Amino acid sequence: MNAPVSERSDNKWIGQRTVRPDGAEKVTGRAAYAADTTMPGMIWGKVLRSPHPHARIRSIDTSKAEKLPGVKAVMTAKDIVDFPIDKSVMLGIQDMRWMCRNVMAREKALFAGHPVAAVAAMSEKIAAEACKLIEVDYEVLPWVIDVEEAMKPDAPILHDFIKFEGKPSNIAGKLEHKLGDVEKGFAEADVVIERSFRTKPVHQGYIEPHACLVSVSDGKATVWSSSQGQFMVRAMSAYLTGLPQNDIRAIPAEIGGGFGGKTIIYLEPLALILSRKSGRPVKMTMTREEVFRASGPTSGSYSKVKIGAKKDGTIVAAQGTFCLQAGALPGSPIRGAAGCAFSPYDIQNVHAVGYDVVSNRSKVAAYRAPGAPLGAYAAECVLDEVAEALKMDPLQFRLKNAAKQGTKVAYGPVFPRIGYIETVEGAINHAHYKTPLPKAKNGMLYGRGVASGYWFNAGGESSAQVNVNEDGTVVVITGHPDIGGSRASTANIVAELLGIDYRKVAVLIGDTSVIGFSNLTGGSRVTYASAMVATQSTEQVIKTLKERAAKIWKIDPDAVSWENGEARPAGDNAGKFEPLTLAQLAAQANATGGPIGAGKQLNTTGAEGGFATHLCDVEVDPELGIARVIRYTAFQDVGRAIHPGYVEGQIQGGAAQGIGWALSEEYIYDKNGKLDNPGFLDYRMPVTSDLPMLDSVIIEVPNPKHPQGVRGVGEVPIVPPLAAVSNAVYNALGTRFYSLPMSPPKVLEALEAKSKA
Amino acid sequence: MTEVQYVAPGTLDEAVRVFASASGAARILAGGTDLLVQMRSGAISPGLIVDIKKIAEMTAIEEGADGSFRIGAAVSGAALREHAKLKAVWPGVVEAANLIGSTQIQGRASAGGNLCNASPAGDSVPAMVAAAATVTVQGPNGRRQLAVEKVPAGPGRTTLAKGEIVVSFTLPPRPKGSGDAYLRMIPRTEMDIAVVGCGVSLTLDKGTCTAARVGLGAVAPTVLLVEDAAKALIGSKLDAAALDKAANACRAACKPIDDKRGTIAYRTQIAGVLLKRAATIAAERAGRS
Amino acid sequence: MAKVHVSTTINGEPHEFLCDAEQSLLDVLRGPLGLTGSKEGCASGDCGACSVTVDGRLVCSCLVLAPEAEGKSIGTIEGMATTDRLHPLQQKFLEMAALQCGICTPGVLMAAKSLLDRNPDPTEHEVRFWLAGNLCRCTGYDKIVRAVMETAKDMREAVR
Repeated sequence: MNAPVSERSDNKWIGQRTVRPDGAEKVTGRAAYAADTTMPGMIWGKVLRSPHPHARIRSIDTSKAEKLPGVKAVMTAKDIVDFPIDKSVMLGIQDMRWMCRNVMAREKALFAGHPVAAVAAMSEKIAAEACKLIEVDYEVLPWVIDVEEAMKPDAPILHDFIKFEGKPSNIAGKLEHKLGDVEKGFAEADVVIERSFRTKPVHQGYIEPHACLVSVSDGKATVWSSSQGQFMVRAMSAYLTGLPQNDIRAIPAEIGGGFGGKTIIYLEPLALILSRKSGRPVKMTMTREEVFRASGPTSGSYSKVKIGAKKDGTIVAAQGTFCLQAGALPGSPIRGAAGCAFSPYDIQNVHAVGYDVVSNRSKVAAYRAPGAPLGAYAAECVLDEVAEALKMDPLQFRLKNAAKQGTKVAYGPVFPRIGYIETVEGAINHAHYKTPLPKAKNGMLYGRGVASGYWFNAGGESSAQVNVNEDGTVVVITGHPDIGGSRASTANIVAELLGIDYRKVAVLIGDTSVIGFSNLTGGSRVTYASAMVATQSTEQVIKTLKERAAKIWKIDPDAVSWENGEARPAGDNAGKFEPLTLAQLAAQANATGGPIGAGKQLNTTGAEGGFATHLCDVEVDPELGIARVIRYTAFQDVGRAIHPGYVEGQIQGGAAQGIGWALSEEYIYDKNGKLDNPGFLDYRMPVTSDLPMLDSVIIEVPNPKHPQGVRGVGEVPIVPPLAAVSNAVYNALGTRFYSLPMSPPKVLEALEAKSKA
Repeated sequence: MTEVQYVAPGTLDEAVRVFASASGAARILAGGTDLLVQMRSGAISPGLIVDIKKIAEMTAIEEGADGSFRIGAAVSGAALREHAKLKAVWPGVVEAANLIGSTQIQGRASAGGNLCNASPAGDSVPAMVAAAATVTVQGPNGRRQLAVEKVPAGPGRTTLAKGEIVVSFTLPPRPKGSGDAYLRMIPRTEMDIAVVGCGVSLTLDKGTCTAARVGLGAVAPTVLLVEDAAKALIGSKLDAAALDKAANACRAACKPIDDKRGTIAYRTQIAGVLLKRAATIAAERAGRS
Repeated sequence: MAKVHVSTTINGEPHEFLCDAEQSLLDVLRGPLGLTGSKEGCASGDCGACSVTVDGRLVCSCLVLAPEAEGKSIGTIEGMATTDRLHPLQQKFLEMAALQCGICTPGVLMAAKSLLDRNPDPTEHEVRFWLAGNLCRCTGYDKIVRAVMETAKDMREAVR
C-alpha cells in the first residue's frame, strides 16, 4: 500500500490528493487528443517508407502518384530544408543536420521504415494507394544493427563523414568523466569485480501513436499535435520547412503518453509541407507498426563495469564503459549512462566513458532518464556482486558508500543537501525488507534484489500567466503539456498561495501564441519549473491585491497582509477595516486600477538530481524459466510531493516500465534487418496480470532552491528496476547472467548451465 | 483498389452458395479477431466477407441426450465460458478457448475461426484434438464430418475444399472418470501467442488411465495428435515414470521452428513440462468427475 | 463504389451511417459518428483502447466490422456517465489518480464496468486478469486495480 505523505497542518492544498482540473474530460472520453481533432476540408497524409535497412536513393519518381485521382500533394526530401553536414545547428539537444535527415531520407535510407516520400489525398485509402505508385530506385547496401557489430572495424559504415580516431567509423562520439585515479584505486582494493552487460532496444510504449493536424493558409500555419513541447514543435517545424516561427501556431493537444519519445517530431513538418502544397488542412497519424518501426526507441547497449572495494566495504574505484546505439543518426544518451551510473555513491576514483554508435535502425529518441537505466543496470549489478564477495548486506553496502551533501561526482557537481541516504534507510527499515522469502516453495524459486539510481533532473525555461477573473476565480496558463497530472499540482500551489478553494483555480496549457516560451515536458521538470513561475506570478498577483486593498482603505500597501484568501490590515496600527476577499477585490478591479494578473518567464535553475532505491521480490518457475515480480517497493526522495497521488503515479509507472525492460521487452530484428515485432502482440509490455501492486514510499527532503521544495520526480523511477529485478533473479536462481531481457529461454539456459557446472 | 463486399446470410445454404461462388478471395467472418488483423496488415484482401453469425446452427450450443455437445463454429469463447454444463464437462476445451487474447478478444473469437485460421499455435485446437472433437463441414457438395485434427494442413492452410464452411464441433459423450486440461507457455501472463500449447484428455478407472489423448500446439506446422504420449499414459497410474515417458514422446514428436516467440530447443523442452502438468490437472479433474 | 447503410443503437440512441464494408466499428465511431472517446492504439486488438460493448459483450471495436453494427446495441465511453453524474468508476478513477495521460482510460473504464456488471465482488487476481487486454503505460496499473476494487466495494455497500 502507498505510504501516506507526512502531514503538514499549515497546508490546505499542497500535499493533497485533489481531483485534477482536466479529469472529467479524460474519464468521459471528451478530451481532445491530436487524432480526435478535425477541420473542415481536411485531407489525409500517408508516408512511404524504405523497406531496406540501408540503401542509397538513386531516384524517386512520384509522377504516377501525383496523377491518381484524389491526390492533392506529394513531397520528398527536396521539400525539406537542408542542413549541410559540415555545420552543426543545435535546437535544444537536437542537431538539425540529423533531424532534417531523420524526418525524411535524403541521400540514403538509413533504416527499414525511414520515410522516403509522403502523399496527401482525399482519403487514407487513396493516400496509401498513391504511396504504392511512387517508384524509388534503391541501391541496396550492407547493413548493421547491433551495437557491438557496428563498432567492429569491418562493419558497414553508415556515414562517410563520421570518423573516429581518424578513420571512417560508426562511432560518432565519445564522452568521458574522470575523478581521481582509478588505477591507483583498484590497486588498493581487496575485491575487484568486472562484468560486461548487453541490452536490447526498448520503446517508450506510449499507447497513443503520433498524430497531428496541420492547416496552412496564406502562409500561416496552425499545428495541433501530440507532443511534449509545442515550442519545440514550432521551432523544429520552422527550421525544417522554412516558415518563420511567428507564422506557426503550435497547439498542444492532450497527449496520450510520451516518456521522452514525443520530444521530437516526425509528422508535423511533412503535414505542413503537404498542407502548404495542397491548400488543405492535412491530418497524419502513425499506425502502431509505424510507431515501432520508425519512431525512436532507446539504445541497445554493451557496457563494461569494474568496481573495486576494500574489506571494510569502502568502494575505492569504479570504472565503466558504455556503448550505446544511436540508430541511424548520432545522438545516443551516453551522457545519462556515464553521468549517472556511479552518482549515488561517494567514490574517490571514477572513470566513466560513453561511446555513441550509429547503426541501421531508427534514430534513438529520449526515453525517461535517457541512458541512466543502462548505466545503473551495469553498475548496480556489479555492486551487488561486490557486496556479496564482501559478505555485506547490499543495502548496508550502499549506505556505507552513499553520496551526501558535499560529495563530488565524476560528471562535475558537488551535491547540496540530497535525500539518497534516506531512500536506503527507508528500504532497510521497511516491512518488505524485513519479511523473509522462502528460497523455494511448491516447485517455485524465490529471490530478492535491491538497486539504487540517480537522474540529473532539469529546470529550464518556463512561463506562466495568472489572471484573476471578475468573480474572484483564477485562470492559470502554463506552457507545458500535461502528461502526468501536472495541472493538478499547479492548481494546488496557486490555490495554496492565494488561500482560495482549489476548485476556483482553472489551469490551461497555452499554445505558442498565447504563452511565453516554455521548454519541453520532460527532464522531470514540469512541476519544478511551472511551480516556480506560477509561484512568482501568484506572488505578484498577491502584491497587486494588497495594493488594491490599500487604495480602497487609503493606507500604505506595506500595511496590508494577505491571509486565507483575504486582504487584512497588518496589525492594529494599520486601521480597523473589514477584510476584503479575493472575490470582493476582483469585483472592484476595474475601479481600482484595472485587470489583476501577472506573468513570469524564467529560465528556472536550482533543479537538483533525484535518487531512489528499489526492492524487488521475484518468483521463478524453474521448469519454464518464467520470472515474475511478486512484490515491489520503491523509495524516492521527491523534495516535496505537491500532489501525492500523481507523484506515486510517476514512481509506479517508471518502475513498471523498468520491470518490462528487465523481463520481456526487446526489439527483435529479422535476417533482413527489418523489425520482426512491430506490434503490441510481440513487443511485450507488462499487462495488468504481470505485475503486483507497486508500493511507493515518498521521502521528502526539501530542495532548498525551490519555493515549495520540489525535486523532479518522473524519471528517477525507471533507473533502478533493471538491476533490482536482475539482482532478484540472481538471488532466486543462484546464477547470474548479464543480458536483458531475462526472457524464459535465457533463464532456463542459465539454470541448465548452473546444473551442469 | 479492391471493393470489399459484406453479406450476412440467414441460412447455411445461402452462406455456402455465396461463399463458393465468389469470384475473388472470400473469407468467412465469425469473431473477426484474425480476419480484421490480417486485412489491416495487408496480408489478405478479400473481395467478399461472409458473416455467418446470423445462422442459428453456427451460433448455438446444444447438449445431446447421449451427453455429447454440439458447439456452433461461431460461438465466442465468452459464450462457452458462460455455459455452466459445458464448462463442467469439458473444462479444458473451455479454458483453451478462453486463453485466446484478452477478455475483449474472447468476447468475439470462435473455435471455428481459431481452427480455420490454422495458426500452429491456436489455443483451442490442441484441446479440441485431445477431446476427440469432430467437425461438421458443409460445402457445395453437401455435408461431411471429419476429425478436428484433419482440418489444418499447414500454417494458414486447411484441407477444406473451396466453398466449404465449418459449421460446428461435436464433443463426444464423456465417460465417467474423465477430465481434460489445456496449458500453454507464454512469456507474460496473458495476451501472448502460445510458445507451446498442450491439451490432455483422459479417463481414469480406480486410478488407472484407461483412455487418453494428447494434442500439442505451436511445435509443428499443424497441431499434433501425439499418440505415443497417449500410449505411455494408458494403462498406467500416471506415475512419474509414465509421465516422463509421455513427456519424452511429446518432445520426440516436436518439429518446431526458431522464431521471435521461441527457439527449437526451448519449445522442445517445454513440450514435455507442459504435458506432465496438463496430465496432472486432467487427472485431478477426472478424479472429481 | 456503393456504401453500406447501417442502422444501429449507440448508448441508447438510434443512429444511421454509411460505411465501406471493410471499415471497422472503431473507424465509424471516430469518423462519421464523431464519437472520439474510443481510441485507436494499435488497430489489432492488442491494447484495448477501443473497447466498447456490443449487445452487452465487451469487445475491441477495431476488430468489429462496421456493417456488423446493424441492429445491434453498442455501448461506448460516451454513454457511461448519466446526464448529470459520473459513473462511480469514473469518479473513483479521478479521486484515486488512476489515470495520467488518460488515453487508455476510456477503454479501461468500459472493461472495468463490464467486469463489475458481471462480478460485483472481484478479487485482485480477477480484476487483473479481466483487464489484461487493456494496456496502460503510465500508471503501472496499481491505482487502476485499486480504483476498480474500491468502486466495487462502494457499489456493494450502496446496494445494501
